[in-house]
Amino acid sequence: MAGDTDKLVRDLALRMGDNALILGQRVSAWCGHAPVLEEDIALANVALDLIGQTKLWLGLAADLGAGANADDVAFLRDARAFRNSLLVEQPNGDYGATLMRQFLFDAWHYPMLNGLKDSADARVAEIAEKSAKEAAYHLERSSDFVVRLGDGSDESRARMQDALDALYPFAGELTTPDETDDALAAAGLAPDLNALGEHYDAYLDRVLSEATLTAPEGAVRKGGKAGLHTEEMGHILADMQWLQRAYPGATW
Amino acid sequence: MYAQEVKSTGQGVKSLEEMEPDERAFQEKINAEIKIEPKDWMPEGYRKTLIRQISQHAHSEIVGQLPEGNWITRAPTLERKAILLAKVQDEAGHGLYLYCAAETLGISRDQMTEQLLSGKAKYSSIFNYPTLTWADIGAIGWLVDGAAIMNQVPLQRCSFGPYSRAMIRVCKEESFHQRQGYDIMMKLCDGTPEQKEMAQDALNRWWEPSLMMFGPPDGDSVHSAQSMAWGIKQNTNDELRQKFVDETVPQAEYLGLTVPDPDVKWNEDRGHYDFGELNWNEFYDVLKGNGPCNKERLDARRKAWDDGEWFRDGLMAHAKKREARKMAAE
Repeated sequence: MAGDTDKLVRDLALRMGDNALILGQRVSAWCGHAPVLEEDIALANVALDLIGQTKLWLGLAADLGAGANADDVAFLRDARAFRNSLLVEQPNGDYGATLMRQFLFDAWHYPMLNGLKDSADARVAEIAEKSAKEAAYHLERSSDFVVRLGDGSDESRARMQDALDALYPFAGELTTPDETDDALAAAGLAPDLNALGEHYDAYLDRVLSEATLTAPEGAVRKGGKAGLHTEEMGHILADMQWLQRAYPGATW
Repeated sequence: MYAQEVKSTGQGVKSLEEMEPDERAFQEKINAEIKIEPKDWMPEGYRKTLIRQISQHAHSEIVGQLPEGNWITRAPTLERKAILLAKVQDEAGHGLYLYCAAETLGISRDQMTEQLLSGKAKYSSIFNYPTLTWADIGAIGWLVDGAAIMNQVPLQRCSFGPYSRAMIRVCKEESFHQRQGYDIMMKLCDGTPEQKEMAQDALNRWWEPSLMMFGPPDGDSVHSAQSMAWGIKQNTNDELRQKFVDETVPQAEYLGLTVPDPDVKWNEDRGHYDFGELNWNEFYDVLKGNGPCNKERLDARRKAWDDGEWFRDGLMAHAKKREARKMAAE
């Protein structure tokens, strides 16, 4: 049975690590281009936290057979092997879309990490312990911006509503369990996503209502957990993995 | 660093006897190495020279994010990506302290931003060169940050308190950046022949622009004497350039790379490396706006500012609403 547990933990580490990596990759592209200097600094912090978490999660996945080391897992897999949610691979768009994507992610990420602190697997619990503190700050920051810009000027409100309309359909994937999520919860390795989803929806309702924004109706768009990504994914990898692919076997 | 060609606006150096009492007291403080603080009396020329120098320095940090930021999404390992992100973030932080230091002299950050975006204010021309390969990230850390440190270490003793204190913080981080840049170069030079070639190519392209970061030769550098009397500048451009060459040539040799100047050789009599003439026409041309990336750099900064207008306005609108609600509740 140890083999089954390891496989589950590896899948979990890939999902957590790929979410952190792809979102970190997206956010880091803002460096030097943000609307105010303070935001250049703050976004770089968020990206740095996410890349730091990526090293831990993908390092664990590598230990459990996903690749030789965290870098190989990050830089040598093709799109179909990535397990991040579709939300994090969505383009940066305007600054409002970037903040909205972050908010929809953070609102899941923080309680998820909080739940993972109680994981039956000590390695998972340890990574979650460290990462949850960072995610708590990310959530505070992104929620605050959603409220201030939603309840801001006419233009900022319209932009935040547009961002919500475009990104909300991707949010549901985070809290919709598949077989792996169910098995992880049953083994005490990860929190129950159904319960987490109720908390998530309630949190979103509260913040969006304060922001005077309305979540759209419609179907959930998902597939990332099974490696069925949007077309964005190949372009992200073409950029991120270019050097590794152009100079195979080189060390940097 | 990053303030080349700052023309000080003083009228030539006066002797203490020629000065009015205020100015004399000011100069005596400087001579005694007592810091000038924002509320102290200072000559208009001193204030203007410092505003120009500090804002140019701040703008350089801000524009300097762009050539390196160009490689964040393509950094070859997770560790290198994190290091580069942290470095570019430090530069934004330096820009922030420097804008704050300049603000103490009576100019706002918005005014300085406006001067940068209109093209009125300059920034270091080194950032108008493109980062074409990963080795450029190594070369910038090693050479550009190396030259910056050479320039900034003496500025820690600058007579103006806020600038001096900002430089003390900045220098600590810059020396860390330089080591990281050199580490990238070492890894490339220990790597495959293609990686070593990439490193040599980067050195070839960044060497001369890095030497130009110290500004024009002393003979052509205007108003240096006044800046030195005011304690804004401690060493001449040529002194610092020589120091940089002396320090960097052995580092290139250690890497097994060739400095792209056939005239570089150790001069036993001088106790320094000799080096060839630099192409100052290119320097002035890049400064005028004709460098390989001048347009791209300014366009990127303008786009960031223009695209961010709704964001800044939205936050202001929210703050006003909140204030109004608070008033209504009271």
